[in-house]
Amino acid sequence: MYDTTYYRASSVSDATSKLAGTEDGKFLAGGQTLIPTMKQRLAAPSDLVDVSGIDALKNISVDGDTVTIGAACTHAQVAGSSEVAQAIPALVSLASGIGDPAVRARGTIGGSIANNDPAADYPAACLGLGATIVTDSREVPADEFFVGMFETALEEGEMVTAVKFPKPAKAGYAKFPNPASRYAMVGVMAAQTANGVRVAVTGAGNDGVFRHSALEEALGANWSADAAQGVSTDAADMMADIHGSSEYRAHLVGVMAGRAVDNS
Amino acid sequence: MTKVTMTVNGKARSAEVPDNTLLVDYIRENLRLTGTHVGCDTSQCGACVVHVNGQAVKACTMLAASAEGAEVTTIEGVAASKDDLHPMQVAFKENHGLQCGFCTPGMIMTATDMVSRYKEAGKTLDEHAIREELEGNICRCTGYHNIVKAIADGASKMA
Ligand SMILES: Cc1cc2nc3c(=O)[nH]c(=O)nc-3n(C[C@H](O)[C@H](O)[C@H](O)COP(=O)(O)OP(=O)(O)OC[C@H]3O[C@@H](n4cnc5c(N)ncnc54)[C@H](O)[C@@H]3O)c2cc1C
Ligand code: FES
Ligand code: FES
Repeated sequence: MYDTTYYRASSVSDATSKLAGTEDGKFLAGGQTLIPTMKQRLAAPSDLVDVSGIDALKNISVDGDTVTIGAACTHAQVAGSSEVAQAIPALVSLASGIGDPAVRARGTIGGSIANNDPAADYPAACLGLGATIVTDSREVPADEFFVGMFETALEEGEMVTAVKFPKPAKAGYAKFPNPASRYAMVGVMAAQTANGVRVAVTGAGNDGVFRHSALEEALGANWSADAAQGVSTDAADMMADIHGSSEYRAHLVGVMAGRAVDNS
Repeated sequence: MTKVTMTVNGKARSAEVPDNTLLVDYIRENLRLTGTHVGCDTSQCGACVVHVNGQAVKACTMLAASAEGAEVTTIEGVAASKDDLHPMQVAFKENHGLQCGFCTPGMIMTATDMVSRYKEAGKTLDEHAIREELEGNICRCTGYHNIVKAIADGASKMA
């Protein structure tokens, strides 16, 4: 790992102003992506501004039909939250399937969505449930937040502070994990929201997480696993790697969408 | 350099370390507690698992600076004394839960963490749950079967 300068932030404004004064600094949250990347010398931030100790970012609250999760909430915290379990059980099942227990003890929702790994779970939750990403300066709908692989709408130095999830009438998540890494080969969040059925797919798309309009239409007409499995997905838009061809992933999308409905 | 202060196995420890020092390197190199192992550079094997403020974490994927003020327990801190092993250590011994022993410290730290978490949540730690909970711990020798048996046995002894 290259040299870096560590700073522990005490508040959101402390973190953003500290980062603004650095040459090439980065926020550090749970470190479950950033530290392995730094160890492999694929990232070399001049400074690390640790946001994991900011108390204001560690709250989960339910207000009417909105579940707000602070950016520094760990996957374990979400997985173990009875409030979230009651409001959006699909989110609890998604969080408890991320990586392994030690990763869940440190990794955070803010870090996960800021990173926008094309095989990460939370981007599918945000997009599928129609969440709003709250930053230190604005609110961004999930539809505009996830721009492409490892790319988000975040500006330089902008910090995620929370994610607001509207409570769906029904939602289910299903992922086919890569047996070695546990990241999604294909993960599907299917939800009946106030604005109709939304289906988001992670792990599979060439440009990262995406909404699947054919699945949304089919499940909007008939909320059933059979309806989901009748929808085909164009392999040309799917990733291919040593773990699976694009045809394999295209097929898995329908299967996982069916299981997501079954889990709802 | 950053000054880090933490309680390790009940003792207050502090040192000046470079900011990029991993917690596992601080534990092994500065404190000379070499029971915590490093088995990979991809955060996947779990040989480095220690408890930080009561939670099992991968010490290779956390900076020492991030553990400022924390209570840290390593494998050296679980037994009451050399002749009075922790029930989970006894269970690994009695159930042949190890061969070379490289993964064992991480396995034990993960095991005691899962037992206390399940107990706290009032959930049953059955064989299936143990296997799921071992997702982040890799063993190259035993084939896991005896590790799972040892954890089930250790869990009953910890009750
Ligand atoms: C073995 C292993 C298995 C894993 N399996 C899965 C899996 O199955 N599914 C999955 O989804 N993920 C998986 N992960 C990744 C894990 O979920 C990470 O915790 C997560 O992707 C990043 O969150 P973090 O808090 O660790 O962020 P960090 O690693 O600290 O940061 C990641 C990036 O986000 C930025 N960042 C952090 N917080 C903020 C913020 N508040 N505002 C703006 N930018 C911020 C950082 O600067 C950095 O660029 C796995 C990781 C490991 C090591
Ligand atoms: S050394 Fe920490 S996970 Fe392998
Ligand atoms: S006993 Fe050898 S790696 Fe597990």
